[in-house]
Amino acid sequence: MLSDARLVAAKDLRIEMRSKVATNQVLPFALVVLILFAFALNQDPPALAAAAPGLYWVAVLFSALLAVQRSFAIESADAAGEGMRLSGLDPAGIFLGKAAAVAVQLAVLEVLLAAGMAVLYGARLQDPAMLVASAGAATVGLASAGVLYAALAAELSVRETLLPLLLLPVLAPVLMSAARAWQDSMSGRPGLGVPWAELLVVFAVVYVSLGVVVAGPVMEVT
Amino acid sequence: MAPAVHLRDALALAGRFPALAGVDVDVEAGEVVVVRGANGAGKTSLLRLCAGLLALTSGEGRVVGHDLRTRRREVRRHVGLLGHSNHLYDDLTVEENIRFGVASGGGRLDGVAAAMDHFGLRGRLAGVPAGRCSTGQRRRCALAVLLARSPMLWLLDEPHSGLDPEGRHLLGEMIRRGSQGGATVLVATHEGDPFASVDVAASGPNPREIVMGGGLVVSDRPASMAAAGS
Repeated sequence: MLSDARLVAAKDLRIEMRSKVATNQVLPFALVVLILFAFALNQDPPALAAAAPGLYWVAVLFSALLAVQRSFAIESADAAGEGMRLSGLDPAGIFLGKAAAVAVQLAVLEVLLAAGMAVLYGARLQDPAMLVASAGAATVGLASAGVLYAALAAELSVRETLLPLLLLPVLAPVLMSAARAWQDSMSGRPGLGVPWAELLVVFAVVYVSLGVVVAGPVMEVT
Repeated sequence: MAPAVHLRDALALAGRFPALAGVDVDVEAGEVVVVRGANGAGKTSLLRLCAGLLALTSGEGRVVGHDLRTRRREVRRHVGLLGHSNHLYDDLTVEENIRFGVASGGGRLDGVAAAMDHFGLRGRLAGVPAGRCSTGQRRRCALAVLLARSPMLWLLDEPHSGLDPEGRHLLGEMIRRGSQGGATVLVATHEGDPFASVDVAASGPNPREIVMGGGLVVSDRPASMAAAGS
């Protein structure tokens, strides 16, 4: 399973590096979202700084949606996904590989967006240990839940519009927990963010485990 | 020795429509079988069933010794299906696509170079993204994956599609070599004379021709009889 996951993740990351969709489209999109929020709340800089963690994670959430959709779009061209299924790769390995590739892209995006948030919103990124830990758990949760739901919707003709409807409510706990963990951390009270970070870890563990278990039936049905 | 393909009264649905309506087929290991029939006759469905991509709704089905109902993943490890798509990623190069196709199918990467050589994909073309290749070059990539993987059962659905005369000759050569190496080959085509496009009549050991219609096998005879019109 893990060797299959490595193979799929390496293939997906190579395609993304080659196509530059993540850097030329997903990242600019996330930055535009941050900038638009800055315009909307520009009259009230303290409110903008206070809302920064929530706005940051909304931007990450939307970007995750694009990254996940892109991850499955490359499989639909020339029936490449069918070829992968036909090859006999372990479905759990395919799930883990795709989730890992999305997580890597999101991690890079989060670092760049955090810099953008500091510049645009004047946010102070304190207590990096809590920020990194909660972001890591949130990233794994976003990627694993996203890939699982995208696999469910992969063969539907309405997948582009259906996936956000299915996925965004599921990811709401990640948005809320990550925003609270970062808010507590950035306001100098990292201890208050620990339960939120723990919730993120639970979410990530649940969705990685669920994905590994149900990937076979999900990919077989679709 | 168990047959490579054993189907009895096999029923498979495409949605609610019976794509295969009770097919009986036995193919021995090492045989070359040409599957003929008009559009919608069930040729592609037969190949997809044998590849474990189409579910067996009722009847019996065993492919390379594995039950099609319960062990479809094991079947896929031993089967190579070249369908209407080539299963290539546009942003990967020709060589990267072939290496991924072989590695994901559990094949040995040391056969990649020879397979690329066979289909004239070495040199400059190896580094070209598949998205910039012509239809025929993409077909050659997909065939090279199959050749390098060298599965036990080759399922070729209109394999000559997009190939120039040289590519067709190389395909025929590949089938001949595969068959001599013990592989079982099923070639589906709707062309009137499949042997004109897939050069197996003179090369394969006793090729057989199955004609399908309406999701059923309507005739099953040696290719030599079919060619003679008997």
